[in-house]
Amino acid sequence: MIANSNSRRRLRRNLLTAMGGVLLGGCDALSRTDWFPKMLKVGESLSRHVQHAVTARKSMAQEFSERDLSPTFRSNGTANPDDAAYQRHAQASFADWQLQIDGLVEQPMGFSLQQLRAMPSRVQITRHDCVEGWSAIGKWKGVPLAEVLKLVRPTAAARYVVFRCADPMDQAGTRYYESIDMEDAWHPQTILAYELNDATLPIGNGAPLRVRVERQLGYKMAKYIMRLQLVDSFATIGGGHGGYWEDRGYEWYAGI
Amino acid sequence: MAFDRAARRHSYYRHALVVRITHWVNALALAILLMSGLNIFNAHPSLSWDKSSYSRRAPVFETSAAMAADGRIIGVTRIFNHAFVTTGVLGLSQDAGRPVARGFPSWITIPSFQWLAMARHWHFFFAWLLVINGCVYLTFSLLSRHVAHDLLPTRLDWGSIGRSILDHVRFRHPHGAEAARYNILQKLAYLAVIFVLLPLMILTGWAMSPRLDSIAPGWVDFIGGRQAARTLHFIVAWTLVLFVLVHLFEVLISGVWNNLRSMITGRYVIPPEPHSKEPQ
Repeated sequence: MIANSNSRRRLRRNLLTAMGGVLLGGCDALSRTDWFPKMLKVGESLSRHVQHAVTARKSMAQEFSERDLSPTFRSNGTANPDDAAYQRHAQASFADWQLQIDGLVEQPMGFSLQQLRAMPSRVQITRHDCVEGWSAIGKWKGVPLAEVLKLVRPTAAARYVVFRCADPMDQAGTRYYESIDMEDAWHPQTILAYELNDATLPIGNGAPLRVRVERQLGYKMAKYIMRLQLVDSFATIGGGHGGYWEDRGYEWYAGI
Repeated sequence: MAFDRAARRHSYYRHALVVRITHWVNALALAILLMSGLNIFNAHPSLSWDKSSYSRRAPVFETSAAMAADGRIIGVTRIFNHAFVTTGVLGLSQDAGRPVARGFPSWITIPSFQWLAMARHWHFFFAWLLVINGCVYLTFSLLSRHVAHDLLPTRLDWGSIGRSILDHVRFRHPHGAEAARYNILQKLAYLAVIFVLLPLMILTGWAMSPRLDSIAPGWVDFIGGRQAARTLHFIVAWTLVLFVLVHLFEVLISGVWNNLRSMITGRYVIPPEPHSKEPQ
């Protein structure tokens, strides 16, 4: 009797494990199809539309006080670009570095770090929300992207600002890149930051220049920016999804 | 399973079609939200009670893999200042036959392996399904007065709360006319899930969105800050799991086929009074 009930219990347990395995395996298999993730992404597309409907174009991200600052601002992703040209700039304290702006603009221009520092600036204490779930609060100083855009004058066809970065992400030399739309580009809190917590932006956090896009997640806020490109579509850039992580399955709109 | 004559006489139409459909959609959505949510949790298996993760306060809950004194890799779970060895479940578990450092084990996450982007696709799709399903249910239940008739406790219900608690701990279930309505604990549990726990899940989910935080800057601080909202999201999720476990237990011991049938076809057979003879 005991042996019998034991074997029945074992059978039941194996059956349950097998059923669980089939269900979980099914979810994994669905995740690897083309059509199923495409259907799932309807959720995130709905989030983008609803979030834009219920918030103003210029709604402001929360700003904090010095009391709330994280003791250290975590460096995530690339900590120090493995790139000879970048390292030469870093050695020279970015004295010869230039931010190139081109694409769909009436006046392509280059800006030195000194020129950017001389422009109107904005200081903001904001929370950086990583897609992984952590957040950190830092004090940023930089030139509003809007000030730079006023000088280069985007054409009517320009729909996105693409950030081209110095950091290679793999052996093949794929470089980090990101893109935002003109709504976020003109937003008053979207700044090209050159200071963090009252000090020159450290290399770990994106020196000499990183963008802050405060109403989106951290991966949108490209570090080690070398060039801004105004485009009407990002279909021909990188993997065509508008950013390094977007090419690897993450959503282009990162509002949640 | 087949109805006999007597049972047919003592059965009634318990659950409306909308309630039945939304119940099962809800069950599916909640299961997937939990499992994809745990995959998302695993990307940063640490919870804080603050405005950010990196503050002067230590995390309140954290899982990690660590090396034990004897050189073995173990799973460690920290709750406040207490550390527990949780190898095999939290911090370190088997995935495809080898030990992997991960918060929750593969058998409870969607996808089963660490894949944050995909887990987010699953999570947000089923989050919207849950919200839309919830709106359908609420609209129907308020208009048809399902909430007012079946869920809101009456004065009589409140008076029976002591007896109802005793009945539940003795696993005794109502028969006859009393079985045709929800008891007070059942009503309170359903009301709590519908009007407190699920809205809290949605609210704390919104609180983690940088765009929705900008609706009225600072509103997130009313629930303790963004990371506190993430912690609450986690706690309420497990409170819902606890509800489901009790719910399943009660379904099992109070006539599993009768309960299942009533949630599929709508028809519920009222258990006869144990000591009264049924007319043939």
